[in-house]
Amino acid sequence: MTGPAPRPPHEPTFAGTPPFPVAARAALADAQLRANLGRATATIRAKRAAVVAERADWEALRLAGAAIKDEVLRDLPSLLEELEQAVTAAGGTVHWARDAAEANAIVADVALSHGAREVVKVKSMATQEIELNEALRQVGIDVWETDLAEMIVQLGHDLPSHILVPAIHRNRTEIRDIFLDEMGRVGRPAPDGLTDEPGDLAEAARLHLREKFLRARVAVSGANFAVAQTGTVVVVESEGNGRMCLTLPDVLITVMGIEKLVPTWRDLEVFLQSLPRSATAERMNPYTSMWTGVTPGDGPQAFHLILLDNGRTDVLSDTVGRQALRCIRCSACLNVCPVYERTGGRAYGSVYPGPIGAILTPQLRGIAKHPVDKQTASLPFASSLCGACVDVCPVRIDIPEVLVHLRGQVVRQSEATHRLPTAEAVVMRAAAWTLQTPRRLGLAERAAGLGGGIFGRKGMLRRLPGPGPVAGWFAKRDLKVPARESFRAWWRRTGGGEAD
Amino acid sequence: MAQDVHRPAQGLSRMRVALFITCYNDLMYPEVGRAVVRLLRRLGHDVEFPADQTCCGQMHFNSGYQDACIPLVQRFVEAFADYDVIVTPSGSCASMVRRYHPFVAELAADRGVDAGLSERVAVVSPRVLELTEFLVDVLEVIDVGARFPHTVAFHPTCHSTRLLGVGDRPMRLLAAVEGLTLVDLPRSAACCGFGGTFAVKNADTSVAMGLDKVDDVLGSGAEVLTAGDTSCLMHIGGLLSRRRSRVRVMHLAEILAATGTVA
Repeated sequence: MTGPAPRPPHEPTFAGTPPFPVAARAALADAQLRANLGRATATIRAKRAAVVAERADWEALRLAGAAIKDEVLRDLPSLLEELEQAVTAAGGTVHWARDAAEANAIVADVALSHGAREVVKVKSMATQEIELNEALRQVGIDVWETDLAEMIVQLGHDLPSHILVPAIHRNRTEIRDIFLDEMGRVGRPAPDGLTDEPGDLAEAARLHLREKFLRARVAVSGANFAVAQTGTVVVVESEGNGRMCLTLPDVLITVMGIEKLVPTWRDLEVFLQSLPRSATAERMNPYTSMWTGVTPGDGPQAFHLILLDNGRTDVLSDTVGRQALRCIRCSACLNVCPVYERTGGRAYGSVYPGPIGAILTPQLRGIAKHPVDKQTASLPFASSLCGACVDVCPVRIDIPEVLVHLRGQVVRQSEATHRLPTAEAVVMRAAAWTLQTPRRLGLAERAAGLGGGIFGRKGMLRRLPGPGPVAGWFAKRDLKVPARESFRAWWRRTGGGEAD
Repeated sequence: MAQDVHRPAQGLSRMRVALFITCYNDLMYPEVGRAVVRLLRRLGHDVEFPADQTCCGQMHFNSGYQDACIPLVQRFVEAFADYDVIVTPSGSCASMVRRYHPFVAELAADRGVDAGLSERVAVVSPRVLELTEFLVDVLEVIDVGARFPHTVAFHPTCHSTRLLGVGDRPMRLLAAVEGLTLVDLPRSAACCGFGGTFAVKNADTSVAMGLDKVDDVLGSGAEVLTAGDTSCLMHIGGLLSRRRSRVRVMHLAEILAATGTVA
C-alpha cells in the first residue's frame, strides 16, 4: 500500500499472526476466552437450530440461495454493468477497485473532497478486509466504528474474532472496563460508576455514539446485497446504528465486494429469510436499510459505490474454490465449528475466521496463483473435516471439499518451491508406495506389529522412540500399538477364519 | 449427504460379498475384521476377503496428496470388481470411496493417466456399504442375535453421519442387543477431534476437542464407548488410556458379533 510515511498503527492488524497451530495453542491456553466462546457459540447454535426448524422449506431456501449465487457468479460481468448503470441512473457514482489500495484511495479521495476529517462507519467486512480504517487514519481522517461490537473492538485496540459478533471473545465485565478506560479519550466518556449490566452498557454506547452520528458528514458502509436490476443497495443489521450512518450524513460511501450482487429485487426474498435465521437466529433482522442512488431532500445527497475485486476474480477462476463466493457472511459455520469454538477467531489471522475464513482467506490472498506464506498455507489444514459447517450453510458451500482442494494446492506449491521434499512429503510418498501393493503393505504390517510388540506396554505406547512427525500425538494421548498379526495375515493363516 | 444404498439385483443368497477391511483396521484393529466375518457368518452369509485390496486413499486425499490416490483407486476398483456388495467396518473409508473416488477418477482423466477410471469407479464405488447400512438395508436385520451385557455409549462419527448418512441405523442395531444398556452421550454429534492428520498437525486443538468428548463419555457412566470408525476410537481411546480410565473403546462390529460376556 502506498501513502504517507506510516505512523505507529492506531488500528492493530492481523499481520504477524503465526501459523494456525501455534496461534491456536495460545488461544487454547486462555481459559477466559474458552469460557466466553463456549458459552456464546452454544447459545447461538441452539437458537439457530430452533428458528431454522420452524421452516418446512428451509432446504428449499438453501437450494435457492445457492442457485441464485451461482447464477450471479456465472453472469458477474454483465450483472455488474447492469448495477453500475442502475446506480448511475439513480444519481450515484460507481467506482471500480482492483485491490485494497485502490479502494482505500477512492474512499479517502471522496471523503477529503467533501472536507471530511472524520467518518462514521457501518459494520462492514469488506472495509476490514482492505484495512480501510488504518488507510484513512494515515491521511488524517478519524474513523468511528458505530456497530456496538465493532466499537468495543476499536476502543479496546483489539482485533475482531467473529464475522458477525466481532467482540464474542469479550464478556460484559471486560466491556465495562474498556468503556470506562477508553471512551473519554475519543469522545463522550462513559458515566462514572458504570455497571456491567447490558442495559447500562448499551446506554453508555448510545450516548457516546450519538455525538458522532450528529457530527459526521460522511459515512462509510459495506453492503449485504445489491440488486443489479434496480441499483438498490441493502444493509441488514440489528442495532439501528447502521441506519443512523446510512441516513444522517450528507455523503455515503459504500464498499462492496463484487460477489454481493443479486440479479433481481425478488431474489432478496430468499436471503432476507435465510440470512437472519442463520446469522442471529432471528426470523427477521430488526433493521433492513435499502437505498437506490440519492433521493433529493432525503438522506445522503451524494452516494459513491465502490466495487471491490481484491482477489475475487481469481477465486472465480477456480472451479472448486469459487463456491466460497456464495458466502453471505452469516457466520453459522463459525458457530458450529468445533475448532473455532475452541480457538476463537483471531487464531485464523484474518478478518474472515472459522471454516469460511479457512477457505476464503487463502483464496483471496492468491493461493491459486502464487506460493503463499506459512500462516496462509496453514489455514486449509485448520479443520478436522467434520462437516458440521456444510449442514448449516444457507448457500450450501461444501467447505470440506474446498479445504481438501486447497490442501492440494498447498502441497503442490510446497513441492514446486522446495528443492528437497519436506519430511511430511517423504512420509506421504513412502506410505503411498507401501500401499500400492498388498505385498508391500503386508511386509510393513509385519514390521509394525513386531515394533509394537517391543515398544508397547499393555498394547499401548506412551511415546514413540525418538522424534518424528507424529510426536504431537503423545502430549496427552497414548497410542494403540499395531496388531501383532494383521487381518490379512490372519486370513491367510486361518483360511478365512475356518482354521481359527 | 445420504445416498441411495446399492442393492444387488439378484437374491441375497447368490450375491458375492467382499470385506473391505481398510488399511487402518488391517494393521491396527484386525479384531474388528474378524468380528465382521463372525457376525456375517452367524447371519448366514459368506464373506470373501479379496487379498489384492490395500487402501482407499483417504489419508493422502485429505492431506493434499491427491495425485498419490490415483493408483490406490485404480487398485481398489480392480480388487473389488467382481463383487456385488463390498462391506466395510468404517463409515469414514466408505464415504471416501462413495463420495471422493469419483473426484480422484476425474483427476486421473485430467492428468491423462487413466481416462476410463471414472467409468470403473461409477460401477464399483456405489457397491461399498458401511457395515450398518449392509445389515439394515440389504440383510434387513435389526436384531443380529448379539448379547453384550454392558453399559454402552455410542459416538456417531462425523463421516458416517454427515458424509455417509447412516442415520440411526447403528443405534437401532445396538438397541436390539440383548443385555446392552445404551446410555445417552451428551453433545454426541460433536466431532471428537481426530480428523486424520489433523490429530498431529493441529495436535493441541485435536486434544482439546477430544478431552471434551472424553468428559462427556466419562459423565455418561458408560463402561464401553463404541463407534463405527476405529480411527476416532483410537484417538478417544488414547486419551482415555492416558487418563488411566477403565472405559474401553470397541468397534460396533465387536459388540454386534458378541454372544456372551467376553469382549
